[in-house]
Amino acid sequence: MNTWNDLKYKEVLVVDNKNLAKDAYILTFKRTFNFVAGQVVGLGINTLIEPRLYSIASGENDDYVEILYTEKADGKLTPMLSLLKKGDKILVSSPFGSFTENNDSPILIATGTGIAPFISMLKSGKGRAATLIHGVSFPDYFYYADYLEKELGDRYIRCCSKFYSTDYFNGRVTQYIQEHQVDPNKKYYLCGVAEMVVDTRDILISKGIPYRNILAEIYF
Amino acid sequence: MKHDLKGKKQLYGLTFSEITQIVKDEGFPAFTAKQIADWLYKKEISSISEMTNLSLKIREQLSEKYEFGLTPFTKVDVSSDGTKKYLFTTSNNKFVEAAYIPETERATLCVSTQAGCKMGCLFCMTGKQGFQGNLSTNEILNQFRSIPEFQTISNLVYMGMGEPFDNLDNVLSSLEILTSEWGYAWSPKRITVSSIGIIPAMITFLEKSNCNLAISLHNPFDDERRQLMPIQNVYPIQEVIAEIKRADLGRQQRISFEYIMFDGVNDTDKHVKALVKLLSGLKCRINLIRFHSIPLTPLKGTPDERIMEFRNALTTKGVFTTIRASRGQDIQAACGLLSTKEMGKNNS
Ligand SMILES: Cc1cc2nc3c(=O)[nH]c(=O)nc-3n(C[C@H](O)[C@H](O)[C@H](O)COP(=O)(O)OP(=O)(O)OC[C@H]3O[C@@H](n4cnc5c(N)ncnc54)[C@H](O)[C@@H]3O)c2cc1C
Ligand code: SF4
Repeated sequence: MNTWNDLKYKEVLVVDNKNLAKDAYILTFKRTFNFVAGQVVGLGINTLIEPRLYSIASGENDDYVEILYTEKADGKLTPMLSLLKKGDKILVSSPFGSFTENNDSPILIATGTGIAPFISMLKSGKGRAATLIHGVSFPDYFYYADYLEKELGDRYIRCCSKFYSTDYFNGRVTQYIQEHQVDPNKKYYLCGVAEMVVDTRDILISKGIPYRNILAEIYF
Repeated sequence: MKHDLKGKKQLYGLTFSEITQIVKDEGFPAFTAKQIADWLYKKEISSISEMTNLSLKIREQLSEKYEFGLTPFTKVDVSSDGTKKYLFTTSNNKFVEAAYIPETERATLCVSTQAGCKMGCLFCMTGKQGFQGNLSTNEILNQFRSIPEFQTISNLVYMGMGEPFDNLDNVLSSLEILTSEWGYAWSPKRITVSSIGIIPAMITFLEKSNCNLAISLHNPFDDERRQLMPIQNVYPIQEVIAEIKRADLGRQQRISFEYIMFDGVNDTDKHVKALVKLLSGLKCRINLIRFHSIPLTPLKGTPDERIMEFRNALTTKGVFTTIRASRGQDIQAACGLLSTKEMGKNNS
């Protein structure tokens, strides 16, 4: 559906394609463009398969670009992405879109790989006083956990829905928000699949957060 | 290609090239493809056995792997104004709705393209139910073919559940069947596809189809539209419109913009000014739509009087603007109100 003809893109070399957990990877390539945290790129392995969109997960000034992705067993592109090795060629579009802002203490809410734009934001020195709520099914998917613990301390809140542990909130992000107080003066950024975004937004609104203070990016 | 529960593939919804391929694979004479297309799209039969100009042997061979593929609706709600809302159960027990809207001179059918939707617009009931799947070409067209008013439908709008450009291949195949000589041979002028503006798919649509395009605009300001429609973060409306201006449009192809009126949100003079600027140089129309509140939405509809003023202000500034009549309110058949979330639970 998306065609490469409509996008400005470059061929770049893979520097690393690290397997983080079952089906989860970080793809790394050299940065050849400037971008703003929260932007996405179109990615592919050739022009025969339409590009898919991925949030940039690295900092604006980092030498390398990181893409955090999960392999979808029945997907078209990600099973091929997961086979990439150092030195392989990929197609990467110019960055586009906009999501995060220069907001000092936002509440960031993500599920799964939806954490990527927030990592980029923090690594770019933005939103240093942010609170980040990350929801995953199993603890292995708490991507960038060491970095986030160091960077945010108590303001890094982990929700794990399918594995019980006293280290995390046991349940979904939506349940966490339902059970905790929310501050109507903060800005809320939501990122992930549609269902989480829509449900979380409804809960926030029902708890008195003005809809104008909620921004969402959906991985459709 | 969609399969039924017995593992048979469905013929209804296939394009001519797909039918030709089947004819070739099965070793039928080449002219059979045209005969099958005629039976599928020009006549009102519902089984392979009724394709009487095909030899019995061909019909039997075809029936071993294929079925005609029509699915009856499972429920209908009738509004006091004559609007009807049809519910269809699709494969994997997905539910979708189609709204039939009769008027004096015409009758419009509003079809769905996905069960649910991934786009999460703040004001939309379909968005609230999440995404259950894409409709196949068969499932899109079946909403049109399997209602009793099929023959009276004069216009089709792809404005039901789902984002058509998130299911572009099946939407394009359905348009091909509707507008090709071998298919329903409808004029593309009678069909409008409505999208929130997924740019790459929209470009492909404008290249491949002459059907009309309606873009859900709802706010001309970047920061305000983002609060209503997450897509604005990825494909801003300003770029959507720039792309439309760049496109080589078919001579008959109409571009319109849907604008749901939210009280105090997008209905001020400032919005009129910004809309005029945004759309300058583009031959188009704006369709103002009344908003009927939905659960858990902080938005309210603009009062009628203000909608008229807004329309007049735009018209005075040279933007052709209409106000859409509210139809089927008592059965929630208005655009953006279609939702089968609860039905799914009840029927399972
Ligand atoms: C703005 C944005 C940012 C994104 N950022 C990220 C990111 O940072 N990391 C990340 O991992 N992903 C991200 N995504 C998602 C990403 O673009 C891809 O959709 C994802 O990686 C899957 O690609 P794929 O080619 O493997 O699967 P696809 O072939 O695109 O399929 C995706 C899924 O949909 C299902 N599917 C495919 N076709 C149909 C159909 N016809 N009917 C029903 N279901 C179907 C498949 O089974 C599969 O599970 C983002 C998406 C958007 C829009
Ligand atoms: S308005 Fe259209 S695109 Fe937006 S959520 Fe509803 S169905 Fe999807």
